[in-house]
Amino acid sequence: MTAGQARVAWGLVALAAALVMLRESLPSGLVRPPEWMVLPFADWINAAFAFLRDDLGLMTLTRAFSDVMEACLDVTANLLYGKNRWPHLGPIPWSVIAVSAGMVGFALGGWRLAALAGGTFVWIAVMGQWQWAMETLSVILVATPFSVALGLGFGVLAWRSQAFERLLNPILNIAQSMPHFAYMIPVVVFIGVGPKAAAIVTIIFSVPPMIRMTLLGLRKVPPEVVESGKMSGATRWQLLTRVRIPTARTDILIGVNQVVMQCLAMVVLASFIGMPGLGQKLLQLLQALKIGLSIEIGITIVLLAVMLDRLSKAWAMKQPVHHMPGVRWIERHRLLLIWLGLVALTSALAWLHPYFIEVERKQALSMAGPVDASMKVFIRAMTPVTEWLRWFLITWVLIPLRDAFLWLPFAAVLLLLAGIGWAVGGRRSALVCLAFFLPIAMSGWWDRAMITVYMVCVSVLVAVLIGVPAGLWGAARPVRAARLLFLCDTFQTFPSFIYLIPVVMLFGVNDVAVVASVVVFATVPIIRYTIEGILGVPPEIVEASSMSGATRGQIMRHVQLPLALPTMMVGANQSVMFSLFMVIIAAFIGTQDLGQEMQRALSSTDVGKGLVLGFAVAFMGLMVDHLILRWSDGRHRSLGF
Amino acid sequence: MNALPDPVTLSTTLPPLSAGWGTVPKDRHVNEAEPVIACRNLWKVFGDRPDRILSRLNCNPSAEELRQSGLIAAVRDVSLTIGRGEMLVVMGLSGSGKSTLVRCLSRLIDVTSGAIIVEGRDIGAMTETELIDLRRRKMGMVFQSFGLLPHRTVVDNVAFPLEMRGQDRSTRIARAMEMLELVGLKGRESYFPRELSGGQQQRVGIARSLAVEPEIWFLDEPFSALDPLIRREMQDEFLRLKGMLSNTIVFITHDFDEALRLADRIAIMKDGAVEQCDTPERIVMSPATEYVAKFTSAVDRSRVVRAAALAIPAEGTGAEGQPVAAGQTLRDLARLIVSDSRAFIPVADAQGHVIGALDRQRAVDLLLGEPA
Ligand SMILES: Nc1ncnc2c1ncn2[C@@H]1O[C@H](COP(=O)(O)OP(=O)(O)OP(=O)(O)O)[C@@H](O)[C@H]1O
Ligand SMILES: [Mg+2]
Repeated sequence: MTAGQARVAWGLVALAAALVMLRESLPSGLVRPPEWMVLPFADWINAAFAFLRDDLGLMTLTRAFSDVMEACLDVTANLLYGKNRWPHLGPIPWSVIAVSAGMVGFALGGWRLAALAGGTFVWIAVMGQWQWAMETLSVILVATPFSVALGLGFGVLAWRSQAFERLLNPILNIAQSMPHFAYMIPVVVFIGVGPKAAAIVTIIFSVPPMIRMTLLGLRKVPPEVVESGKMSGATRWQLLTRVRIPTARTDILIGVNQVVMQCLAMVVLASFIGMPGLGQKLLQLLQALKIGLSIEIGITIVLLAVMLDRLSKAWAMKQPVHHMPGVRWIERHRLLLIWLGLVALTSALAWLHPYFIEVERKQALSMAGPVDASMKVFIRAMTPVTEWLRWFLITWVLIPLRDAFLWLPFAAVLLLLAGIGWAVGGRRSALVCLAFFLPIAMSGWWDRAMITVYMVCVSVLVAVLIGVPAGLWGAARPVRAARLLFLCDTFQTFPSFIYLIPVVMLFGVNDVAVVASVVVFATVPIIRYTIEGILGVPPEIVEASSMSGATRGQIMRHVQLPLALPTMMVGANQSVMFSLFMVIIAAFIGTQDLGQEMQRALSSTDVGKGLVLGFAVAFMGLMVDHLILRWSDGRHRSLGF
Repeated sequence: MNALPDPVTLSTTLPPLSAGWGTVPKDRHVNEAEPVIACRNLWKVFGDRPDRILSRLNCNPSAEELRQSGLIAAVRDVSLTIGRGEMLVVMGLSGSGKSTLVRCLSRLIDVTSGAIIVEGRDIGAMTETELIDLRRRKMGMVFQSFGLLPHRTVVDNVAFPLEMRGQDRSTRIARAMEMLELVGLKGRESYFPRELSGGQQQRVGIARSLAVEPEIWFLDEPFSALDPLIRREMQDEFLRLKGMLSNTIVFITHDFDEALRLADRIAIMKDGAVEQCDTPERIVMSPATEYVAKFTSAVDRSRVVRAAALAIPAEGTGAEGQPVAAGQTLRDLARLIVSDSRAFIPVADAQGHVIGALDRQRAVDLLLGEPA
């Protein structure tokens, strides 16, 4: 930071402070956005949508697309849970699916993956959740290929044409920071509710990472490989399909992994737009405070997430291995034959006994009853503690803080943000901050937005207070670090919805529960990047400073932390993004922020309002993203990495 | 005849001597009159919008001047002709622009200025289809870092150019297996590139470029990753192929011994420019610039210079007795030169005609590495 830059930044911050001091005597136009500033964005968006829908006849197009979607969904629904549609083959017995999943797991990653994949389906079946899980999977099974194909197509286009990439980039940025609900509302308008709409919203939501990974992969193809293809006389199309895309295989498959995970997260959430399945059950059970069953469903969702993640990652990382010459056909296709044998065996079992086709609910091993009972005891025992904690947090921390955030004059907030922007990246960043935050003021949702900001601030602060020490503790020993990183990796695969189960269990439905769930969700990236940052400090530097006689504490404070800070800030960035998403999702357990309004917009299918709220959330995220990226860029440069 | 006969004419007029040059005679029909590749005033400038200095290229801007505008001339003002069946070896320090020159000649990259004529056609003006056709029919290339397709087995990699030509699977696999046997990779055909060592990968690259029997063959340090034994074997194999196929070859290497074994002509590059392009003997014996002299100073001259190059007119020297063969290097003749007592030794061509006399003292000086 140059001296001049610092002076301007401090000036702006001082001005903001002055406004705060003088709040009582400020004209009301500086405290809250004045009437004339608030523009009817929502009406404009609604008008645009009405035009698209009615005058341009986009409706027929979306209807056609949704018919295609429905046909595909009918096929998977028939196969997986026996919906009475073409091809009238299903339902495939659960035992057959379980051994098939196990075989896929074995082929991709040996016994452990086989156990995970097979075990997951056995668990689902014997717990009596087959129908719900298959409803969820049938949508994922349809949405994933569509997303992958779309992402690949757009990725190739963006790679081919710089202009298209330049157009696509900001759209992707905004799309990736829009909360899930913002996607649902337009889809509800065009498609309606139900599995069809869920599949479409899932596709839209999960395409951006695929585009990104395709682009990245195509760029990384070594130039000599492409040149050798050219010298072999390949045409452009042959180069793309036989040289470039196969060579970029790993990156593209990592894109597939991300698509699958995004699909799962979205399908679970799509319960809000009438998607049956695990998500809907979980939602109902949580609202009815049926803890035992929610935990069982939660475990199912977690198992599915971990399984899908590990399987697709294993696929991405799997490198082809050759067969020795002269190996017979049977040997080469051993796995295939074993699989066929197992399928025959389980089919026979299913034919002999219906238990192996589907486990009825009354035969299920569900332990919800006892779990509920013991939970009741546990919760009753915990009640004094949680009650007190809740009371204390709400009356002494959360409400005062919320009121303080609401009390701030909006002009002061904008000035403060401009000041921070100026300090980080000069005039440009200050303008970027304003460009992201001013529209929020102009949207007419200032108070709601400030409540969201307050919840994110509190949660991220607590997440940092927990996550950084935990990360430092973890980074002290390599084994511990590896375990903790593995844990963080696993936690990050969970759909955000899952995090609500334990907090609702402990705190009921209120602000504390929301903050607690957001904190848990936001702590994971902080721990993870703290560990990675500390481990990334070059060992020579640490050795050199311990040779200069620094104690471990000194090394930590003066060497490791400063060098790890840029990486840790990446974690903070993710943490803010996750919190924003989570705060909005958590809205249904009772908040008064943008999320609540978003839910209202969803239930009244108000596209304009929903998108305005979505953009408000996205802009907050993008502003923080910009600030942190600028800061760590400057930091990296001054550290000479 | 002059004091020093012209080695170019000698090497083409002299028939081969079996005891002479490596294991394979140099009887290639280098046809200077029919250039396969010709380039004139070739420039390749890297950097941001190199076209902005286009107008200044004919006044030959210095590297410093270019650097100030953020540009690097990887190839500067190169003019070459390569005759049918000729083998040109390109040498030079790392970063001197060898790979870039070859990429220009194969139009893998577009030149900044200048023209390249391949078999009478300006490849810069070719359409994409024509270029693809030319590559499918005529060209082959071995890449410095192999450029193998990681998702294909060895045999599928080798068959790739044939696949692009549209050959059916069984024919192209059979041909690819043949090529793999040639480079000594039989039995590894179903491996993936990642499962091979660097040298083996390089041999896959060589086999792939050979699969189409290219008339024009570019090789960018094809033997650099090989161990000395295999390298020697591959060079022998290469010379044998070269004798059989009579294709036109541009070959990059850092190894002077390799260059001497293989080259018809050597081009020495420095900072993008060709300092000298000549036969090995001339490069060593009469370097055009100080840089070339320095570049070749470590070369053992006795292995390059042949008796013919040192021969002076025999009249008046009194040379008599058993003659030596004109095509033999001084190294081949070392024992004789040291133990003989004559001051001048007659030099005879393959037919046994005496074409001159070898000054023994001079030959001894050269053998001992003293400046001639
Ligand atoms: N795509 C490129 N963009 C910018 N500069 C390049 C590019 N390719 C090559 N250069 C530059 O051109 C010069 C010549 O590179 P080139 O690869 O032709 O060298 P070389 O003689 O083949 O070296 P080596 O023996 O190490 O392979 C180098 O200075 C290099 O930095
Ligand atoms: Mg090179």
